[in-house]
Amino acid sequence: MLDLLARLGRIGIGSLEQLGRGHLLLLYMVVGVGELFTHPRLLLKQLYSVGVLSLLIVAISGTFVGMVLGLQGYYILSQFGAEQTLGVMVSASLVRELGPVVTALLFAGRAGSALTAEIGLMKATEQLSGLEMMAVNPVKRILTPRFFAGHISMPMLAAMFSALGVMGGYFVGVGLLGVDDGAFWSQMQAKIDFDDDVLNGVIKSLVFGLVCTWIALFQGYSAVPTAEGVSRATTRTVVHSSLAVLGLDFILTALMFGE
Amino acid sequence: MNNNRMLEITVGAFMALGLLALFFLSMQVSNLSAASSGGGYNVEARFDNIGSLKVRSPVTMAGVRVGRVSAIDFDRKTFEAVVTLHIDSDYEQAIPDDTFAKIFTAGLLGEQYIGLDAGGSPNFLAEGGKISLTQSALVLEEIIGQFLFSKAEEGGKVE
Repeated sequence: MLDLLARLGRIGIGSLEQLGRGHLLLLYMVVGVGELFTHPRLLLKQLYSVGVLSLLIVAISGTFVGMVLGLQGYYILSQFGAEQTLGVMVSASLVRELGPVVTALLFAGRAGSALTAEIGLMKATEQLSGLEMMAVNPVKRILTPRFFAGHISMPMLAAMFSALGVMGGYFVGVGLLGVDDGAFWSQMQAKIDFDDDVLNGVIKSLVFGLVCTWIALFQGYSAVPTAEGVSRATTRTVVHSSLAVLGLDFILTALMFGE
Repeated sequence: MNNNRMLEITVGAFMALGLLALFFLSMQVSNLSAASSGGGYNVEARFDNIGSLKVRSPVTMAGVRVGRVSAIDFDRKTFEAVVTLHIDSDYEQAIPDDTFAKIFTAGLLGEQYIGLDAGGSPNFLAEGGKISLTQSALVLEEIIGQFLFSKAEEGGKVE
């Protein structure tokens, strides 16, 4: 009985400790922001590997998600004779929800796992301790540029996802299914509000970018420095980021759009 | 050196694409381009019943959108709905002060909007002006109720 209680206590203390270390790491990364101004090239490199290399998968999935929305939306809306509102449906669902959320899931899978594996391997091959031996702070030097690169890339990628999705929906709806061109855009512009919809989508993607890169870097930094440990940390990154994004999305949606 | 330049160019292109996408979303998809006209003036109209009219519903004149509903309040003394209409600055000196405001529904299931019928007065509405001629929203239940009532009366006459 007491054993059981002790085990529960150990789990509780362990997860609390994990949480504390995660927040300390976040604090150190944010405090290290000055490094970016003295060595902007570090950030540039990470922007390339985190942002530019994620571009292809985000662009292609954005286009196809938009096209599927166009097809499926047309099928349902035409039953009510409301094909004209296809543009509103496609763009509202993309800008508010699908853009930030799907981009964040792809981002966690594409960039987050790569970040964890990279940092974990650096730790396993003692490159991080090597840096420390040379009196270089590894958090500032290695983690901070990656953190801010993720933070900057995510809203950009989400915006591209939404924009390409709208174009995909336009292509299917207007190009293939024959929805009126003018009605598609004008209804969209009448119903989508800049502050309520577009800006809230950007805020969402900023939050998701923070959470995804933070989880990825923390998992990499606290990975057990073995081959197995790194592989486990990579798996945990994808699972934790996806769960965090989906859970946070519900909370953010309730705060932003629930009246 | 060449490698560095390539890196800079690709990252620059990435940032440019991202900003372009944001620009596209704000200008083409949302209403920012229409709403940014800044100026304009507010006019007040009182209705007995506004149906399901909402803030940000369009205000049209001869079918052309001239503004939007900026506020809806309730007058405790007269039990009327006080609707504030924001008219775009393009339509200053364009709406006579004896204009008739009605609440219409776009389509059978569509949203409600305010239609303005121009009057013949030489004076125009300005900031803080009031539209005194109004017609309430048609509430479907009331129409059906009146229809049934009149049918019942007709039936009574025949007997």
